[in-house]
Amino acid sequence: MKDKIRELLGKLGGLPVAVDTLADGADLYAAGLSSFASVQLMLGIEDAFDIEFPDHLLNRKSFASIDAIAETVSAIVEGREAA
Amino acid sequence: MDMQVTFLDRLFDSGLLIDTGVEGLYARSGTFEDVITGFERLIDKFSGETGAEVIRFPPGMNRSYFEGSGYMKNFPQLAGTVHCFCGDDLAHADLIQCMAAGEDWTGGQKASDIVLTPAACYPLYPIVAKRGNLQAGGGLFNIQSYCFRHEPSMDPARMQLFRMREFVRMGKPEDVMAFRQEWMEKGKELMAQVALPVDIDVANDPFFGRAGRLMKNNQRDQNLKFELLIPITSVSKPTACMSFNYHQDHFGKTWDLKTVDGETAHTACVGFGLERIALALFHHHGLDPKLWPQQVRDALFG
Repeated sequence: MKDKIRELLGKLGGLPVAVDTLADGADLYAAGLSSFASVQLMLGIEDAFDIEFPDHLLNRKSFASIDAIAETVSAIVEGREAA
Repeated sequence: MDMQVTFLDRLFDSGLLIDTGVEGLYARSGTFEDVITGFERLIDKFSGETGAEVIRFPPGMNRSYFEGSGYMKNFPQLAGTVHCFCGDDLAHADLIQCMAAGEDWTGGQKASDIVLTPAACYPLYPIVAKRGNLQAGGGLFNIQSYCFRHEPSMDPARMQLFRMREFVRMGKPEDVMAFRQEWMEKGKELMAQVALPVDIDVANDPFFGRAGRLMKNNQRDQNLKFELLIPITSVSKPTACMSFNYHQDHFGKTWDLKTVDGETAHTACVGFGLERIALALFHHHGLDPKLWPQQVRDALFG
């Protein structure tokens, strides 16, 4: 899952640095992720994983790092599977 | 809601605002305009010799600037475009026929090069960027424009066409943030001169849709927007009469706006909703400015 997230981040994140140079826990905002790019990333992730972020997860924290995105996506996927 | 209708009715009855048959589109009386003029003069007097460049905009802006601003990414629901008839004699005959038959005649209207200005500072950034790098110390602008937002409402404080007065600061992040911070204090002092009760709170812009939810939360989490609120039509939901916005490098990047050192400029703006402030004055001090407290009259008309 993290590989897919990295791929989307590279494509949609508009980061000034290569995604390969970022650790999974690295702060993406500090790395240059803009608000607008985070929206593009959000839409890309929804499409790729066939999920929809619930309103309460549409916040800055959910997109703060590759780890954070993976956790958020897992939580949504598990929630859907449980439902 | 009843209270909103009542205040709007009273504004109509007193002649301060004149109904045009469209919600949020009103004509203003001479008395109403005197209050706006008085308040704008007070802003100038209060802010003193800032050296700000004064620019007054018409209510429309260059469509290509509007497109470049990204406004449609964030607020498509609020935008208004100017469309015009560009057809020949035959198309004209069709048009008149449609109108006479009460059918939709607008289908053939073509987008012109003009879009209604959504916020006073939107036309400013590309104009300043075209001049080249900012001077040492950055830029400070005193601007005003009629603005359009498509949000019909019975709340007189939510007009579709209204005037926004702004100070816009461009330059280094620390200078721009200091400017905004300073104005959050000054805004309170200014409103105290006209005896209006205020509260300042963190806020967000009305970003569209689900993606907008993320933008709203991001904006709040980063304290990018504050509003100075005054109760007008509701005590529980006071009206934003001023806003204090830090755009970070958003407009700097969008328009390639640079500081004297060639760094991407940061920007901030402080906006006054002029009609809202006038309405706040009428709501708190009464519909006849001749009867307003002397302190308020002196501040506005002295």
